[in-house]
Amino acid sequence: MKRTLLAVALAALVTATHAQQPPPQQPPQPPPQPTDVVTTISGEGGQPPRIAVPDFIALSKDAETIAMAKQISQVLFDDLVFEREFSFIPRDVYASIPAATSLADIPFDRWLVIGTVEKTGNGFKVDARMFHVRTRQAPFGKEYSGTANGRLYAHHIADDLHKSQRDLRGVALTRLTFTSDRDGQRMSGTIENRGVKEIYISDYDGDNQRPVTTGRTLNITPSWSPDARSIAYTSYRRGPGNIFISNIFQGTLEEVTKNAGENWLPAFSPDGNRICFSSTRGGTSAQVYVMNRDGSNVRRLTNDKWINTTPTWSPSGNQIAFVSDRTGAPQIYTIDADGLGQVTRVTTSESYADRPAWSPPPFNAIAYTARTGPGNDIKTIDMVTQKVTQLTFGEGTNESPSWAPNGRHLAFMSTRSGKSQIFTISRTGQDLRQITRVGNNAQPNWSR
Amino acid sequence: MIHLMRSIALILTAASLVVAGACHKKPAPVARPMPPPATTPGVTRPPTPPEPVNEPTIVPPEPVRDDTIASASLDDLNRNSLLKPVMFELDSSELSTAAVQTLQENTAVLKKYSTWAVTIEGHCDERGTAEYNLALGERRAVAARAYLVSMGISADRLRTVSYGKEFPFDPGHDESAYSKNRRAHFVITAK
Repeated sequence: MKRTLLAVALAALVTATHAQQPPPQQPPQPPPQPTDVVTTISGEGGQPPRIAVPDFIALSKDAETIAMAKQISQVLFDDLVFEREFSFIPRDVYASIPAATSLADIPFDRWLVIGTVEKTGNGFKVDARMFHVRTRQAPFGKEYSGTANGRLYAHHIADDLHKSQRDLRGVALTRLTFTSDRDGQRMSGTIENRGVKEIYISDYDGDNQRPVTTGRTLNITPSWSPDARSIAYTSYRRGPGNIFISNIFQGTLEEVTKNAGENWLPAFSPDGNRICFSSTRGGTSAQVYVMNRDGSNVRRLTNDKWINTTPTWSPSGNQIAFVSDRTGAPQIYTIDADGLGQVTRVTTSESYADRPAWSPPPFNAIAYTARTGPGNDIKTIDMVTQKVTQLTFGEGTNESPSWAPNGRHLAFMSTRSGKSQIFTISRTGQDLRQITRVGNNAQPNWSR
Repeated sequence: MIHLMRSIALILTAASLVVAGACHKKPAPVARPMPPPATTPGVTRPPTPPEPVNEPTIVPPEPVRDDTIASASLDDLNRNSLLKPVMFELDSSELSTAAVQTLQENTAVLKKYSTWAVTIEGHCDERGTAEYNLALGERRAVAARAYLVSMGISADRLRTVSYGKEFPFDPGHDESAYSKNRRAHFVITAK
């Protein structure tokens, strides 16, 4: 439970602001409004107000609109609960309360997130609000129209509400990418019984899981571009591992590395113009390189006889964290992204550490995989205080952490339910959710 | 045809037993009359020529095995490969004594079949992390390759690839499985 909620002052506008938005595009942020009334939301007995999210009101009485209204409210509820910023009453508590027919006759006397859905020419108009029924306080209100499905409307509402009420970047519109063997296809041309692995994407909550690659080969370690329109990954379709980029909305494929050793673990720079990766092209063990997005201007950052691999960018793009076994076991280090400057060791209390992932602001932490016993666990280390926080505790093995773009959640792989699956967890180790259930799924990466 | 041959063979075998019993048994028990072979009255057995019995065993085994390998498909060659995998310790790409022994045997095979091209795959067990294992697997494959090159095998014939822990040979979760999965695995790609 978020204690901060008690003291939070809500800048509430007396009347809801309305803005017409087409949901499929990223809506421009509403201009900051002068604060007319400052209201401290506090419920009875000093508890934070518990908010209900009843079914949206279908103003058009056709089945499609009614289903849409129900879906929006359920997905919106899930999106809002995910960030744990507000305290919600579970929806089944008021499931039996008859639905309102308009915003004027809502059978509640409390804080609500609710809205109306109306069929328009070729789509829907959705009016979403957060308000108190009795006092008519309405800190949030926004109108959306478009042809999108209910989930997309709900995701936009959730993100806008978090932005306006908490100045929080929600993740409702973000996606995960990961590698999966769920198709059960076998690799052709090999004697050993080997299953193909394809790159998959899903919504942040595991909905809409679908493949990006159909290469019938080994495709691993996918990584989103900052605009979430492209995925870089390693594919063995040419024999050795090479880096490819799938532009998922154009359906095009770029071949970024060719005929130069093996190339693994691509990661886009924060501006999307460069890719750091690990390659054996130097004829030695894997080393860390940076190249332009199109594969040109390859620059080597490490150059020794040890393994240097698994690079990741700092949120500023000025530094790269990577893994090296220069002291024996793999440990995490940082280096300036131009390859100059000192190599600085980050992990000092682990026997084995891999897959650094640098948290976005306002946090400054690196998440990583640590060997903790027979298996591995997810930990974070604060880059300022050096404080280590362990998030998983030996249930199966746990690997490959990746931050949500607001730094409040992580996706990772765990074998705790049997096969390897993708999970999400909060940065404090709470709210574990299983995202995948079919086949083996690994190496998740969260879009920015 | 086969049936007929088999019955002839059976009869010949029975007959040869009789002959052997009569003539060759080394310390045959003295003065003990051999029981007459159980024969059905009325059936006359043919005379027993011993020569054909030996006929099938004339085939020389060695050239045939060589021919099999020379003519086998790549799939068959790799299914029961003459090139044995080189095994490794946890987190290590060092060649153990046993690994060197295996590599010496593989060197001999590669010298004998001097046209073979081979891809050496590096594999790791699941205790290591997926990401680091890619680099570790490569180091294992390269260690095996370097040894073969030092023994005189042309580097052109030996490519490497690392699959990290993506393709375990044994899907189990114990040391018995892990030890099988830490290997440099040889795949013949051309002959």
